[in-house]
Amino acid sequence: MQRHIISILIENEAGALSRVAGLFSARAYNIESLTVAPTEDPTLSRMTIVTVGTERIIEQIIKQLNKLIDVVKLLDLSDGPHIEREMMLIKVKAATMSQRDDVKRLSDIFRGNIIDVTPSTYTIELTGSATKIDSFIEALAEHKILETVRSGVSGIARGDKILHV
Amino acid sequence: MELSGAEILVRCLKDEGVEFLFGYPGGSVLHIYDALYQQDDIKHILVRHEQAATHAADGYARATGKPGVVLVTSGPGATNAVTGIATAYMDSIPMVVITGQVPSAVIGSDAFQEVDAVGITRPCVKHNFLVKDVTKLAETIKKAFYVASTGRPGPVVIDVPKDITDPAIKVPYHYPDKVTMRSYQPTVKGHSGQIKRAVDLLLTAKKPMIYTGGGVVLGNASEELRTFVRHLGYPITTTLMGLGSYPASDEQFLGMLGMHGTYEANMAMHDCDVLIAIGARFDDRVTGKIAEFCPDAEIIHIDIDPSSISKTITVDIPIVGDVATVLQEMNHLLVTGKKQPQKKALDAWWQVINGWRAQQCMSFDRNNTETIKPQAAIEIVHEITAGDAYVTSDVGQHQMWAAQYYGFDKPNRWINSGGLGTMGFGLPAAMGVQLAYPDATVVCVTGEGSIQMCIQELSTCLQYGLPIKIVALNNRYLGMVRQWQEFFYKERYSHSYMESLPDFVKLAESYGHVGIRIEDPKQLRAELERGFAMKDRLVFFDIVTDQTENVYPMIAAGKAHNEMHMSPHSCELPQSPERELS
Repeated sequence: MQRHIISILIENEAGALSRVAGLFSARAYNIESLTVAPTEDPTLSRMTIVTVGTERIIEQIIKQLNKLIDVVKLLDLSDGPHIEREMMLIKVKAATMSQRDDVKRLSDIFRGNIIDVTPSTYTIELTGSATKIDSFIEALAEHKILETVRSGVSGIARGDKILHV
Repeated sequence: MELSGAEILVRCLKDEGVEFLFGYPGGSVLHIYDALYQQDDIKHILVRHEQAATHAADGYARATGKPGVVLVTSGPGATNAVTGIATAYMDSIPMVVITGQVPSAVIGSDAFQEVDAVGITRPCVKHNFLVKDVTKLAETIKKAFYVASTGRPGPVVIDVPKDITDPAIKVPYHYPDKVTMRSYQPTVKGHSGQIKRAVDLLLTAKKPMIYTGGGVVLGNASEELRTFVRHLGYPITTTLMGLGSYPASDEQFLGMLGMHGTYEANMAMHDCDVLIAIGARFDDRVTGKIAEFCPDAEIIHIDIDPSSISKTITVDIPIVGDVATVLQEMNHLLVTGKKQPQKKALDAWWQVINGWRAQQCMSFDRNNTETIKPQAAIEIVHEITAGDAYVTSDVGQHQMWAAQYYGFDKPNRWINSGGLGTMGFGLPAAMGVQLAYPDATVVCVTGEGSIQMCIQELSTCLQYGLPIKIVALNNRYLGMVRQWQEFFYKERYSHSYMESLPDFVKLAESYGHVGIRIEDPKQLRAELERGFAMKDRLVFFDIVTDQTENVYPMIAAGKAHNEMHMSPHSCELPQSPERELS
């Protein structure tokens, strides 16, 4: 079982998202995360899907996605060097001096930004790979995490390789 | 020229060359029906249930190769059509289904007869559209026909809100000659290097096997296939969907393969060393146990749909492309190349195959004078129609017997729901075929269970004068269910018995047709001949058949090709017909 990041250029039409989501549920494929937003060309959306499967399943996922009429182009980022980023907003209890110091220090170590402060909480914005975000959540284990919001993974190939029409 | 949306819709169908529109009116499509009323170009066929509209369009498409076209209203009109859309989707049949929708302004408000037709049909269409702007209607219809009929064909739904067809709103009309879609460009030509590798491998084979499917029929590649098979001299089998793509009467044809395939076809699959799959998708009814499928074979696979390749069975040489185009290229290489098939090995292989053939796995009790054997009925129908009829079927034992005993020599003649297995398909599909070919003999082979799922269409047949011959093999059982219950559930016949059957003769007569009941095997031929002689009448043959007859050979689900249950009438049992199965 391998983790793959699949990047898709898809027509920015009503229902395009449900075609992709429906395909995954109908064929019992896993989705770890899915993000979608329009590109610089408003007729196109860029979708990033993180999925897990055997080589055969990943091959089928890619073929089935390509078969969707709305899918214009597709790239398995995991085939080559690439960068992945995910953004997380995390609200942590920070009521005492020692809690506030500790959370601030951990946030600095992970290069997070504290973007909201109340007498009892800190809200931190953190960007990085999914693994880094997992590690930050682990590092905060002894603190009380009140809420986490993750954007899902976005990815892009390194160097000259581009996914465009 | 300025037209309303309703007029545009009808005009587009005309410009697309549509002959028949199978439909049923309702609130959301009233503007369209009003536009239909005012023209003579498109012939509208009023069915009695929307499911039948889709099956009739499907039958028309399978027989002619042209997309079938359907018009239904919103809500229940659309949901009733879903079974027929899914049927066409599973068998890759080109079809355009126009569903009415409630006016744009009330979509999402749970309006009367509102359903999310685009959402409901999404998993069972090749693509679907919701029309939001009347100026885009013509282009959308063009795209729908293009998507439905190119690449791997399939059904396309166009959902049209009522305000789009408003007669008061007129816009300029232009039907595009062609459309291009950046997101949809199906591959046609196969990779030449792969084709060459495949031909080289084929010519090294000592025990070759050719396995073809519905893709050959859909891709109109029967001629190319015949040339290919005859040049090589290799044995060929087809799937249920591929029957007719290669002549059943030819020496090289081993019969159908799979769950109810012949002994020789399945054994040859199991023992072959090179397998070429052409327009076939390794369906579970064909492969049996995946782990023991063609255990010694290198596999070549030609298919227009990349997702069919290595989906269940990993192949060694994949070729993505149109079957006819790829076969032409292969035939060219075979004719111009220096290498020849392995003559000596091939002769030995045919000897083995002829040994399997000698089992006569399709034997049945021909001398029975007590009860009618269903296989005999099919054989007689074949003789009466000189093997040249269009045969539609429903789903179950009768479907398998028609597939096994009719012996199709031409493509597009065998019309059945292979993938979805939809009971109720046969009669409406026969209507579509008969409309396309008014002078042809169209036979619907069915059972007393299946026929009752769309029997209301006898009324449509009367309205349009469709002289279909309905051959109902009436064994008072849901036969295939009964067969599985006999084999796998210790003869506990749970709800497989058809009680309270109607008098089919009177039923046919009440719809204005001819009904003939046949109970005596000695009368079978004479009565069938009498009915088939009524060229301009629909004849319903209610044939009372042996209740205990089973479909043989049979590979139980999940078993391998060499684990067949044979008919007690075949020459010699290769293994004991144990009835304990997984």
